Amino acid sequence: MKAVLGLADGEYCVGEGFGAEGSCAGELVFTTQMAGYMEALTDPSYAGQILMFTYPLVGNYGVDEQNFQSPSVKAMGCVVREVCGYPAGAPDMKSYFEDHGVFGISGVDTRSLTIRTRLHGTLRASLIVGDDNGDHAVECARNVQPITDLDLISQVSCTQPYRIEGKGKRIAVIDLGIKKNMILSLRRRGADLYVFPHDVRHDEIEACKPQALFLTNGPGDPRNARAAIDCIKRYLGRIPIYGICMGNQVAALAFGAETYKMKFGHRGSNQPVRRKGGQIYITTQNHGFAVDGDTLPEDCEIAFTNLNDGSLEGFSSRYHDVITVQFHPEAHGGPRETEQPFFDMIYRRIP
Amino acid sequence: MPRLPHIQKVLLIGSGPIQIGQAAEFDFSGSQACRALREEGVEVVLVNSNPATIQTDPEMADVIYVEPLKADIIAKIIEKEKPDGILSGMGGQTGLNLTAELAEMGALAGVEILGTPLEAIYRGEDREKFRTLMEEIYEPVPRSMILNHIDQIDEALAQVGLPAIIRPAYTLGGAGGGVAHSPEEMRRIVEVGLQRSRIHQVLIEESVLGWQEIEFEVMRDSANTCLIVCGMENVDAMGIHTGESVVVAPILTLRDDEFQLLRCAAIKIIRALDVQGGCNIQFAYRNGDYRVIEVNPRVSRSSALASKATGYPIARVAAKIAIGLRLDEITNSVTGSTPASFEPAIDYVVVKVPRWPFDKFRRADRTLTTAMKSTGEVMAIGRTVEEAFMKAMRSLDTDISSHSSPNEIRMVLSSPTDERFACLFDAFRTGFSVAEVAELTHILPFFLKKIENIVKMEEVLKSGAASDTIRKAKRLGFSTEEIARLTGRSVDEVEAVAGLPTYKMVDTCAAEFPANTPYFYSTWEDTCEIVPQDHEKVLILGSGPIRIGQGIEFDYCTVHAVMALREEGVEVHIVNNNPETVSTDFDTSDRLFFEPMQLEDVVNILRKDHYAGVMVQFGGQNSVNLAMPLEKRLAELGLATRILGTSPDAMDMAEDRDRFSGILEDLGIPTPPNSAAYSETEARAIAESIGYPVLVRPSYVLGGRAMEIVYDEVELESYMKEAVRVSRQHPVLIDSFLQDAVEIDVDAVCDGEEVLIGGIMEHIEEAGVHSGDSACVIPPQSLSDSVIGRVRDYTVRLALAIGTAGLINIQYAVKDDVVYVLEANPRASRTVPFVSKATGIPLAKVAAKTMLGRKLKDLGYVEKEIRHVAIKEVLLPFNKLPGVDTVLGPEMKSTGEVMGIDYGFGRAFYKACIAADNELPLEGNVFISVTDEQKEEIVPIARKLADHGLALYGTSGTVEALTRAGIATNLVRKVQEGSPNVIDMMRRGEVNLIVNTPAGKKSRQDHYEIMRATMDYGIPYITTMQGARAAAMAIDDITTQEITIEPLRHYHDNS
Repeated sequence: MKAVLGLADGEYCVGEGFGAEGSCAGELVFTTQMAGYMEALTDPSYAGQILMFTYPLVGNYGVDEQNFQSPSVKAMGCVVREVCGYPAGAPDMKSYFEDHGVFGISGVDTRSLTIRTRLHGTLRASLIVGDDNGDHAVECARNVQPITDLDLISQVSCTQPYRIEGKGKRIAVIDLGIKKNMILSLRRRGADLYVFPHDVRHDEIEACKPQALFLTNGPGDPRNARAAIDCIKRYLGRIPIYGICMGNQVAALAFGAETYKMKFGHRGSNQPVRRKGGQIYITTQNHGFAVDGDTLPEDCEIAFTNLNDGSLEGFSSRYHDVITVQFHPEAHGGPRETEQPFFDMIYRRIP
Repeated sequence: MPRLPHIQKVLLIGSGPIQIGQAAEFDFSGSQACRALREEGVEVVLVNSNPATIQTDPEMADVIYVEPLKADIIAKIIEKEKPDGILSGMGGQTGLNLTAELAEMGALAGVEILGTPLEAIYRGEDREKFRTLMEEIYEPVPRSMILNHIDQIDEALAQVGLPAIIRPAYTLGGAGGGVAHSPEEMRRIVEVGLQRSRIHQVLIEESVLGWQEIEFEVMRDSANTCLIVCGMENVDAMGIHTGESVVVAPILTLRDDEFQLLRCAAIKIIRALDVQGGCNIQFAYRNGDYRVIEVNPRVSRSSALASKATGYPIARVAAKIAIGLRLDEITNSVTGSTPASFEPAIDYVVVKVPRWPFDKFRRADRTLTTAMKSTGEVMAIGRTVEEAFMKAMRSLDTDISSHSSPNEIRMVLSSPTDERFACLFDAFRTGFSVAEVAELTHILPFFLKKIENIVKMEEVLKSGAASDTIRKAKRLGFSTEEIARLTGRSVDEVEAVAGLPTYKMVDTCAAEFPANTPYFYSTWEDTCEIVPQDHEKVLILGSGPIRIGQGIEFDYCTVHAVMALREEGVEVHIVNNNPETVSTDFDTSDRLFFEPMQLEDVVNILRKDHYAGVMVQFGGQNSVNLAMPLEKRLAELGLATRILGTSPDAMDMAEDRDRFSGILEDLGIPTPPNSAAYSETEARAIAESIGYPVLVRPSYVLGGRAMEIVYDEVELESYMKEAVRVSRQHPVLIDSFLQDAVEIDVDAVCDGEEVLIGGIMEHIEEAGVHSGDSACVIPPQSLSDSVIGRVRDYTVRLALAIGTAGLINIQYAVKDDVVYVLEANPRASRTVPFVSKATGIPLAKVAAKTMLGRKLKDLGYVEKEIRHVAIKEVLLPFNKLPGVDTVLGPEMKSTGEVMGIDYGFGRAFYKACIAADNELPLEGNVFISVTDEQKEEIVPIARKLADHGLALYGTSGTVEALTRAGIATNLVRKVQEGSPNVIDMMRRGEVNLIVNTPAGKKSRQDHYEIMRATMDYGIPYITTMQGARAAAMAIDDITTQEITIEPLRHYHDNS
């Protein structure tokens, strides 16, 4: 099956299509993780984006549903150099994409697209499966709205609140597009979880008498998570507030700090992060926006820094009892070394 | 934390000679470590016995000792140099063991052990300690039991069961280990294993045969930051040593959760071991269950592979960590902007395939087990598994015999030998299914499917050559030549469709950051990352995988050529495919191509940029063989690139018997009578007229068998029938064999006008032993001035007459005061590094400069008169290769070399012997068995040994001869006659030296068995009369003179 990937800069690449016939358009982003492709594709933070793997062989071990981070693929489309049609002991990615209406393209020079992204910044793109009209694909790519204008969170957040009962401390979770393993990591510590949709009102949360507030990861521009920012503001200084990824960004926004769109973001499972004055961790990351550390108020401290580019990877406020990180301690995919320190610490700190 | 301020001077121990299980990777790692330490202002003292290493070059370390790697000698060096620290993990297991020994003998007072702590050395190697540690941190290891004595075998059978794996402690590459399927097999392997182990200990453990084998290279610094540089997956399942396995990187078949399970374990282990630096950890994995198999708390062959596979310089970073730097304080030299505290992300597939020496050892047991037998390896990079497989196969440069009988294929697949990887292809060609092959081999269907894809593509190509098919085939790694052959089209036609490859960069980060590394591989993609630049460049061909006859010496020469050209301000690029070497370190040259080195691969590189020239004479036979076809192809393509140095035509002149004889005749230089035979009858006639014995060799080699000395017509006939296919195109060359002649090797450089003689080496072994296997000495010891004068004269005239530009090696034989030229090779020889280290003249560098047109008189080097004696001794692989014939002959068998240097022949020879692990005894028992013709010659030698208090033993004939000469000798039976014989004595540890010259055909069996036992029990041995004489002289000298412990510079400055 023919397929074409069009870029807003006028270039396009023709390749072999797989999965469903049809088209999608959004930001083209790359991740450098070499395994864990299904964890990434099902990560709700990739909503609105076409996900490209820099590792040329994808699908080698098939589709491992037990490791999905949400019930379905959330990335709009998938760009690979080669997709494996004969994995051992699991359904193959091509058939899964076909059955579940996901768009894929293989046989393209992903490295050259990665370099292009690195040089020019994240590109808007369109993926057409079943056709190879490059000019049309470019046009579609050019029509893509900037990601800052898109309401992506509502597409992946839950619509109704739900509870995951636990014997331990009550945590209110605002779901901006939560990864399954965040829930698992909190549950493993016994937390009693009340999960709320992204547009939850403060009084709805208040009803469960939370001992802590937890903000999850999510897609797109954090400034669009207005309700969540509002809730944080109300809880600041009342109960501890924790967050991961977009959770980090919305917490910063609640403090009045600023976030910005990165040139091409951090996506992969090899990002070195240093805790202030201490240990270095290798972390999994997936973000295209970041917190501008200089805009944080004085009582906030930059707690984690990226060693590659010096960007903010987490901050804390002792006074307000806030701890958030930009990377993914819940892993899946990627290194697990921050899971225990992070989740143990935040859970322990809840009074 | 900045580097430790009190560490100003560090001792680095190299790994010694190249041997099976320990190849060039430690020169690569050690050299990188030297550079890294000196960058930090640390003074480096280096000791290594191997002269053919870059790390022993004057530029590499502050003080260099080429001395035997023995604890007592290193202790003396420590006493003299007073280093602040010792870097233990850079010299392989040899380095670690020596560090432990030095610590045990108290020689490390005031010397800090850096990198791998003593306890980690013990825990990594001592099985019991390893196991205890793993149990402490709840990491699973296979059920096992330690044996210190053969009597414990029943207990082991009960506790561990069968099949079981046996591993001796403290051996290289697991030598002496194996897999036992029956109690008898277990007894046999354990017996040998106990002998081989330095501490007489073997481990018997639960067999995890058939499980997946996964390896991690882990780094850790003093701040406890840990990271995985590279995960690697063995294509061959557990049961085959990882050094013997086809390996891919990154790990391709594990899910992320499976990968992370092992990653967590790996980090836990390196922390428990408290290693500061690099560590290799091996796991067996099956369905969510795993066992920790092995931990190497040091750099290794795998870490070299991981460095080349990812671009992450493990040894460099490990050395900096060892002196206190943290990972985040070290810059990733690839990106130049990000710190070393990250995990490389790669965007290609790396495949490593081992290279075995069985083309040289037809009689060796070729089965692959948990002991290493391979001498080297190749690495290939592609964007698909298929491409990487195909490129690796092309890089191997070995005759692969194909199999078509299903039964034979089944046999090779189920009991793996060196042929297995190629046989997988044959299996699919003959219609085996993936499932069948998976069952026979335990190889995952994922990999088999890739091979099946390649075979299917062969079929498609055979049936037609649509443009689209050709492009697909290219992406699967087919060479243009293969496609042409399969489709029946011409190379040019195929190329017109396929075009040229693109080159992609190895950058540690999958293009996330801009990289400065000039490290490339070819693949078939849309965008090429090489931007041609107008200024001229030179490409140097490397030597490929280490094999017998083409060892580290050629990598040494390649690196020197690079350094010389850089000194001259020329941009220089390298193409090579051996991941262990210094030449493939990405900052050795201005640009590195990790590629196969067939004509097409080399030409493609030359077409991508502007190259003024290409150098073929440093990479050994392979690259030299490319000279002619390369010249032709360059002309066809109209490229301006020239072959630098000696012209291909001149090389041919030296190679072609008729042309060469013509030159010698013109110059009036004697050569042994010789001729080429085009039929069996002709061969008989020629041999008759020359007179037996004759040296015969085919111009076309079948199955790796080459040169032989034949003593009569019967032998000649059987040689002609078995070994060669004689035809009009492929004559057999017959030379008169100069029995008992002295052989001489000369390495020289010629600039077209003048000749610089680097060194004249006298062989210690007699003519007939391959020059690569013979010990040799500089300066010559037994030659008259007149002979040496003629050797000089012939060398100068011959080098000029051939038209040499660059290096030339000439071999001579001297008999009855006549100097004969045996052969001349206008290229780098394996003795170049030895000559350079012995004399201090950087011969390869000088040669490279002359190849650019520089003149010797301007470079300012003259032949050196040296006052010291330097001896090259070789390392033979017999103890690693069961079943191999130990008799030295015209076919090369050694894997590596050492140098002994001192102010007298005896002391230098003594050092060379120790360094080659063939320690001459100063007390104890010597067993002597020589042929009847040698009985007289042995008398003075035996007398010397007896005079020094050594007790002599022998079989009847020898004892009789010696007693008659008044030397007391004890009688033992011949092996054939039963007990008590010498093998019984060896088993009891009562023999300290064996002198046993190969006998006539009749008592070959005795010789063979004695030598086998010698290998198994690790007893020093000598198999030539000249060797025995030198040994006696050495023992004589060593009892009266102290050996000299001085750095190399001391000798060079005193010349």
